[in-house]
Amino acid sequence: MSYLVWLIPIALLMGITALLAFLWSLRRGQYEDLDGAAERILLDAEDDRPLRERHEG
Amino acid sequence: MTGCCPPADAAPPAGAPGDEEVRLASHAISPTLLQTHLSVPSAHCGACIAAIEKALLALPGVSAARLNLSTRRVAVQWRRDGPVPPFFKALRDAGYEATLFSFQEKEEDPEFTRLLRATAVAGFAAMNIMLLSVSVWSGADAGTRHAFHMISALLALPAIGYSGRIFFRSAWSALRRGRTNMDVPISIGILATLGLSLHDTLRNEPHAYFDAVVSLTFFLLIGRTLDHMMRRRARTAIVGLARIMPRGATVLSPSGERSYRELRDIAPGETVIVAAGERIPLDGIVQEGTAELDAAIVTGEAEPVAARPGEAVSAGMLNLSGALTIRVTHKAEDSFLAEMVRMMEAAEGSRSRYRRIADRAAGLYAPVIHTLAFAAFASWMAATGDWHRSLTVAVSVLIITCPCALGLAVPMVQVVAARRLFEQGIALKEGSALERLAQVDTVVFDKTGTLTRGELRLAGHTATGRDLAAAVALAARSHHPAARAIASLKGAPQPLAARNVVEHAGLGIEGEVYGIRYRLGRPSWALGGGSAPGGKTMSALSRQGAPAGMFAFADAPRADAKAAVDHLRSRNVSMEILSGDGEQAVTAVAQQVGITDFTSALLPADKVRRLEELRRLGRKALMVGDGLNDAPALAAAHVSMAPGTAAEVGRNAADLVFLNGALGAVPKALGIAHRAARLIRQNLGLAIVYNVLVVPLALAGQVTPLLAAVAMSLSSILVVANALRMPADGADWRTPSGSTPKLAEAMS
Repeated sequence: MSYLVWLIPIALLMGITALLAFLWSLRRGQYEDLDGAAERILLDAEDDRPLRERHEG
Repeated sequence: MTGCCPPADAAPPAGAPGDEEVRLASHAISPTLLQTHLSVPSAHCGACIAAIEKALLALPGVSAARLNLSTRRVAVQWRRDGPVPPFFKALRDAGYEATLFSFQEKEEDPEFTRLLRATAVAGFAAMNIMLLSVSVWSGADAGTRHAFHMISALLALPAIGYSGRIFFRSAWSALRRGRTNMDVPISIGILATLGLSLHDTLRNEPHAYFDAVVSLTFFLLIGRTLDHMMRRRARTAIVGLARIMPRGATVLSPSGERSYRELRDIAPGETVIVAAGERIPLDGIVQEGTAELDAAIVTGEAEPVAARPGEAVSAGMLNLSGALTIRVTHKAEDSFLAEMVRMMEAAEGSRSRYRRIADRAAGLYAPVIHTLAFAAFASWMAATGDWHRSLTVAVSVLIITCPCALGLAVPMVQVVAARRLFEQGIALKEGSALERLAQVDTVVFDKTGTLTRGELRLAGHTATGRDLAAAVALAARSHHPAARAIASLKGAPQPLAARNVVEHAGLGIEGEVYGIRYRLGRPSWALGGGSAPGGKTMSALSRQGAPAGMFAFADAPRADAKAAVDHLRSRNVSMEILSGDGEQAVTAVAQQVGITDFTSALLPADKVRRLEELRRLGRKALMVGDGLNDAPALAAAHVSMAPGTAAEVGRNAADLVFLNGALGAVPKALGIAHRAARLIRQNLGLAIVYNVLVVPLALAGQVTPLLAAVAMSLSSILVVANALRMPADGADWRTPSGSTPKLAEAMS
């Protein structure tokens, strides 16, 4: 029983981290072009950020 | 227009949108930058990304460009104070055909984001609670079980509170208006299960349904999210129509003063001035001046018409050459364009009566579930008198009959079908169009720009050597479609320098090449009044007044028009052509593609009338058209398609847009729609069979949390797997396609 006191909060914490990471990436528009993202890794372009981030920065 | 004509390459390539249209379709992202979206259907690989972005970034004034490979659209940011960069020419030089993507709605879709967040939260909670539930099912001792149920409750309560709001809100608004919808049994089921499980958890009973209620919410939200993707955003065809029109016009007062006034302040009888390159703002009669008018949006005809004093002109026609003075005959609200707006509004209203399959199924489903659950509660109450037991049975009926499978059955098929369509270069605007497309038994084609390419092509000529070179040199100085066709003549001799070029509106172009006076244009004018063979689709070249050659033009049918028509005929679809063009031109095209049923010289209202007649006859018509003059017909038809090169209004009014410009898209889309309809029927059948199997178990009180979870997941997986059986390509209508676009933005 005592190990559950540690394991369950850890499991929940990991789940919440993943949820927050998903919501963050959703807000940053990382799912807008999945095909393009797969191809862009092969390109040598210097500036590869999405347009909207370039504006913020 | 004299010798100061713009250089030849100033004329945009035929078919590409003009600068004015590009500016209209752009939106400002900062005080100095405009952003334009272009559709590049042939982009398909990493090399395309590099080539397209490089070509666009090399243009002066462009500050950023990014291609989205999933949607095959490129976003370009450019300086608004400079000229419009030649996007289309640059892309064409790089080997990509592009069309303007009109920005229909804000890129952010708050409802979609809300649904995604709710789904993510429900998914997180469902997975963690399932994890705990597995140990409970496999026989945890009472103390551990109680602790796990408590943790589940702590997870489920906020998750349902956050994610369930989507159903609660919709159910509440339906109930308040005294109606019921699918969300009412869902909300009651969720809340009752949650309440009962909380009660049982606090009293340390063996069963709690937190896992079922949260995964139910999760599955339902997936279905809801997919469904939202397939729903049409607000139609903006009418807004697009309004944007074409100038806001005001230059009015010439009787005393000769000029003032710029808003259209609605201009009364019939007043005189307005329309310069070359402007649109006619109001219906009227030409007083002074002659000009060539591009009447494509009014009649759909590719060929410009000449306007002379005394002739009537319609609002929306584009003045290609020469200034006109026009006496206004109608007020702005009575003009041709205003009439079009009214026709479209009427037509769009009539179509929204269509009820989607999912809505019809839900309409039948909700009352049945209510009745069943209530009957279960009442009969168990009567039999045992145990309210807790009765409520558990009623709740398990609500859970087990949860429309998870039903909610996924239709949108899942439609999302997959939309993706298949997109792979074939066809963008689908909403799921219900797919349902309507499957019912089609009649296809109505527009001629110009749909069956044909919509641009004049040189069909033949008799000019030779130096005369031909002179003709090309003269033609390069004009924006007239016929001149463009001559100027783009392949294998022409080295272009010569033309001097003292004068363009005569409605007649032709005149100039000196190597000191010899040439005229190119209307045969009667070029040949000095002499009678000339052929109709108006001929141009003559004269050297010092003597005939030097004839040019014949035709609007050629699209390459695969005949094959597409033959394929449709083999599907037993009847076909007809409704065209605004003259009878001769329509007959020629009809014979070439093999359609026997055609009507010519139709006004936009006549097309709508014909489509309404078809509707009254019980026929389901697919309208394929491109021009503004087709827009009301596109809106009035049962379902409609437009090529990607269509006028913005036409694209917006159509349900499907085919981007690759091949008419083969029509049979392809029909084939995919039929397969989707079959899969949807199968999925609905599966959902019904599932319910018939499990409802007796629930009524008998035999459903444990484990059984509920397994049955629910299994039925959803079955339906999704069935939807994925949609074949990847349309049999004989194969197109080479480099990669498979993801479903994300199959719907424009």
